[in-house]
Amino acid sequence: MTASVLSLELSELELKRGDRLLVSGLSFSLRPGQLALVTGPNGCGKTTLLRTIAGLARPAAGSIRLGGQLVTKLEPIDRGHIAYQAHLEGLKKDLTVRENILFFMEIRGVSDSEHEVMQELGIEAYADRSLRQLSAGQKRRVALAVLKLGGAKLWLLDEPLTNLDPEGRELVSGWLNQHLADQGMAIVATHLAAELKRPGSLLVEL
Amino acid sequence: MAGSAFLSILRRDLRLAFRRVSEWANPLLFFTAVAGMFPLALSPDRLAMSPGEGELYGLQSLGIGVLWMAALLSSLMGLDRLFLNDADDGSMEQLVLSPAPLLSIVYGKLAAHWLVSALPLILLVPVFGLVYQLTADAIAMLAFALFLATPALTVLVAIGAALTVNVRSAAAVIGLVVLPLCAPILIYGARATALALDAESAAQPLYLIASFTFLAVSLGPIAIAAAVRVGLE
Repeated sequence: MTASVLSLELSELELKRGDRLLVSGLSFSLRPGQLALVTGPNGCGKTTLLRTIAGLARPAAGSIRLGGQLVTKLEPIDRGHIAYQAHLEGLKKDLTVRENILFFMEIRGVSDSEHEVMQELGIEAYADRSLRQLSAGQKRRVALAVLKLGGAKLWLLDEPLTNLDPEGRELVSGWLNQHLADQGMAIVATHLAAELKRPGSLLVEL
Repeated sequence: MAGSAFLSILRRDLRLAFRRVSEWANPLLFFTAVAGMFPLALSPDRLAMSPGEGELYGLQSLGIGVLWMAALLSSLMGLDRLFLNDADDGSMEQLVLSPAPLLSIVYGKLAAHWLVSALPLILLVPVFGLVYQLTADAIAMLAFALFLATPALTVLVAIGAALTVNVRSAAAVIGLVVLPLCAPILIYGARATALALDAESAAQPLYLIASFTFLAVSLGPIAIAAAVRVGLE
């Protein structure tokens, strides 16, 4: 799969949680450099949609293709094109920020110096503090920083602005702009669509 | 990528285990308590197994069973957390989505768990062998047979843990599912040790344990990886 020509294709998607139908007949496509904002009330299936696009859950019907391949059948190496940031941070509370970042750098095959990476991500100020000692907003910032490691082309963000202060929101918004300018794609589930909306972005209401 | 993912997860899990003392100390304390306290509950005059054999032989024979049982039960301790910790904080999702093969991640987690929970028991065996007055040969055999058998125990219990990752308070369920599967290991392990105590060749039970472990270690992680993936859906 060539990273430069990746596009995402959702076709007649049907999502269920247990027996409950959440989404049906959802189709849209996303091209490089494009952002999709997924909105809707709590419980409408925003997180389920993101998890399904990430390949963590299977759709009840329909298909999701990244670069022409079904996301549930991606080779491990191609999974690196998708980065998903969920409600849960996916970080270890007993490790320091540096140890968490180093782990994700190793596992995603990023060979840069961790010092530079953390400086670039704006988290070097608390690099040697354990996650336990960080505020919810700081943890969110570290988790979003992890998203940038490995250069995934498709970002899936679940309420990325939760717990962030204005400075953090600006930082994340800047990362998103940069990612889209670099021909990346992003799907963001949010209640703050107005804040994240950009020209040409797709609005998906569930 | 596969090798480095194995090492990365191994290092991470070892570091986490040493920061959460209870993780490696609990199985060890359990093993120590059971193996150490058991002789206190025995009446020396009732230990003679048959008129021809003395109390010592009775104590040794019981000791072999107790040490194997204690090792088996302590290997069950904490295993419900093996995948639950990663599922609870969202890191399992990140691991499954990472470009590293899930199988090498599973192997890394199992290796870390074995190093933290089984290796210390094997190192403690000589001490408890002496408590039960086992011969040097029997102690060496017990340690070696445990060394061969514990990887299979780790894999079997991990299959149970991976299958029950969405079930709260799953420890009892894991025990029920997994203990019968561990029975062959227990039987042949205890048999190998008893044969060494009688200064006879223990090759046959050892071969059986080794083949069981080979099977568990080569196929088990495939089942674990599949169970982890299904558990996230």
